[in-house]
Amino acid sequence: MRGLVIGLGSADRGDDGAGLEAANALARLVPEDVAVRSLPGREITLLDHWTDAPLVIVIDAVVSGAVPGTVHLVDVSAGRLRLGTPPGSSHAFGLAEVIELGRALGRLPERLIVLGIEAADCRAGAAVSGPVRAGLREAIRMALAEVGGS
Amino acid sequence: MASRTRTIRIDGLTRVEGHGSVYVKVAGGRVVDAELRLFEAPRLFEALLAGRQFTEAPDITARICGICPVAYQMSACQAMEDACAVTIPEPLRELRRLLYCGEWIESHTLHIYLLHAPDFLGFADGITMARDHGEAVRRGLALKQVGNEIVTVLGGREIHPINVRVGGFYRVPTRAELAGLRERLPRARDAALETVRWVAGFEFPEAQLDCELVALRHPTEYPMNAGRLASTAGLDIPVAEIESRIEEEHLRYTNALHARLKERGAYLTGPLARYALNAERLSPMARAAAADAGLGAVCRNPYEAIVVRAVEVLHACEEAIRIIDAYEAPDRPAIAVPPPSHPAVGKGCTEAPRGMLYHRYDVGPDGLITAARIVPPTSQNQRVIEQDLRAAVERSLALPRADLERTCENVVRCYDPCISCATHFLRLELDET
Repeated sequence: MRGLVIGLGSADRGDDGAGLEAANALARLVPEDVAVRSLPGREITLLDHWTDAPLVIVIDAVVSGAVPGTVHLVDVSAGRLRLGTPPGSSHAFGLAEVIELGRALGRLPERLIVLGIEAADCRAGAAVSGPVRAGLREAIRMALAEVGGS
Repeated sequence: MASRTRTIRIDGLTRVEGHGSVYVKVAGGRVVDAELRLFEAPRLFEALLAGRQFTEAPDITARICGICPVAYQMSACQAMEDACAVTIPEPLRELRRLLYCGEWIESHTLHIYLLHAPDFLGFADGITMARDHGEAVRRGLALKQVGNEIVTVLGGREIHPINVRVGGFYRVPTRAELAGLRERLPRARDAALETVRWVAGFEFPEAQLDCELVALRHPTEYPMNAGRLASTAGLDIPVAEIESRIEEEHLRYTNALHARLKERGAYLTGPLARYALNAERLSPMARAAAADAGLGAVCRNPYEAIVVRAVEVLHACEEAIRIIDAYEAPDRPAIAVPPPSHPAVGKGCTEAPRGMLYHRYDVGPDGLITAARIVPPTSQNQRVIEQDLRAAVERSLALPRADLERTCENVVRCYDPCISCATHFLRLELDET
């Protein structure tokens, strides 16, 4: 396997489902030697998946204060992610913590890219909102540019 | 001489499951108040179960916790099967034990390696610890992964499994499906044994709990999903009598009900209690590892609970091997469970990783739940945690503030509290006069 795309998030929490929707769409668009997986829930399981391929793209919703739908591309190989306050619980052991744990253990893929889609509305039961849906399409385009494919 | 008041407040306890705080008030060199405040929003699960079909309880209550959903499914199924007066065949109960082994391995290993070990090795968190103890953390994650795989094979997926139903399972695995798991279990067992040796080498503060220890006890099995409720002070009752002996009350500062034994007071449930009441029922390798780790017949030092958890992980690996080796796929994945013919009450109690989890449901002949009561382990352990906080602070008053705060957090983490479950918790406040 040359590449692996992983969608994160929660399908029942509005814009937090953007990463999962992007992964679902990419499953039909990526080349044969690229796999797509959805891992809603505990991010810590990422450690068991991303050593499967040299290139891994993780797509997740983020909140940074940017305009909703903005897609942030973070090349993890470039340096440590800035962590906020220490995780208050293992429930909050999120993507940034798992990436740093993977780095500490020497278990990061050769190249790891995070596509963060800026979220606006993560209410329970809501669908992905309009501006974020545009960001979702942009994230799909950016992922395909990395792995190749239609 | 003017007395001095000190307040210790830990506003956001870290490395626990969920959100809570600690408030300790000290006056004249004595602890006046020690409060564990579980401020995670109330979950109201008992209310939302009313009006749902009895068959829905395992999947609804599993959503209470992402760490121990299997425990909720097990206690809910047991209670509903009790209400409907059916007993599942032994092979299905064995498969439920196998699923439970997976959850014990996942939950205990996460707590041992990423939440609790940093306290003993002097690190702020598991990530920092991993930079210096990479080999140990890799071992822990590999062991946890085997727990995940058991839950996936038996439960359909690793989080919030979906394959459990009242009466059994929706689908049971083939022998071939279990063969892959079986191949990985000896290495997991070795990693579990190494885990016991690793944590037994930690330095443990002196501490002794004098409370009653309460757990299920079974004639032959280390308890998971069967037995009577027993204690170190002679309690020995069937599950049906639990509510006549345990009462809960609401306190102003916490969103979790406080439980106590009527006329007896605080009690502890969880690994220390299970071990004290059932050590001789551990698997052979786990029993030997416990002895080598110096645990003795009863362990009352809360800091050493990490050793007991490691012993229980080893037991769970051996138990999983035993169950898989003896497995023959049952004729059918579940038995039919019609709703009760008249209004009925069902009670179930199983051993979640953090301790005993009790469910009681009232079910009508239409299959609808009319009332539900859920008593999770962290709720039951709050009083003992507060008593231990009080003792730890009084022993440590001469320490600088930062060390005192760390001591309080260390105390709470010994109990592996699951606040999300208990609020169906941590911030520290120390108030000293």
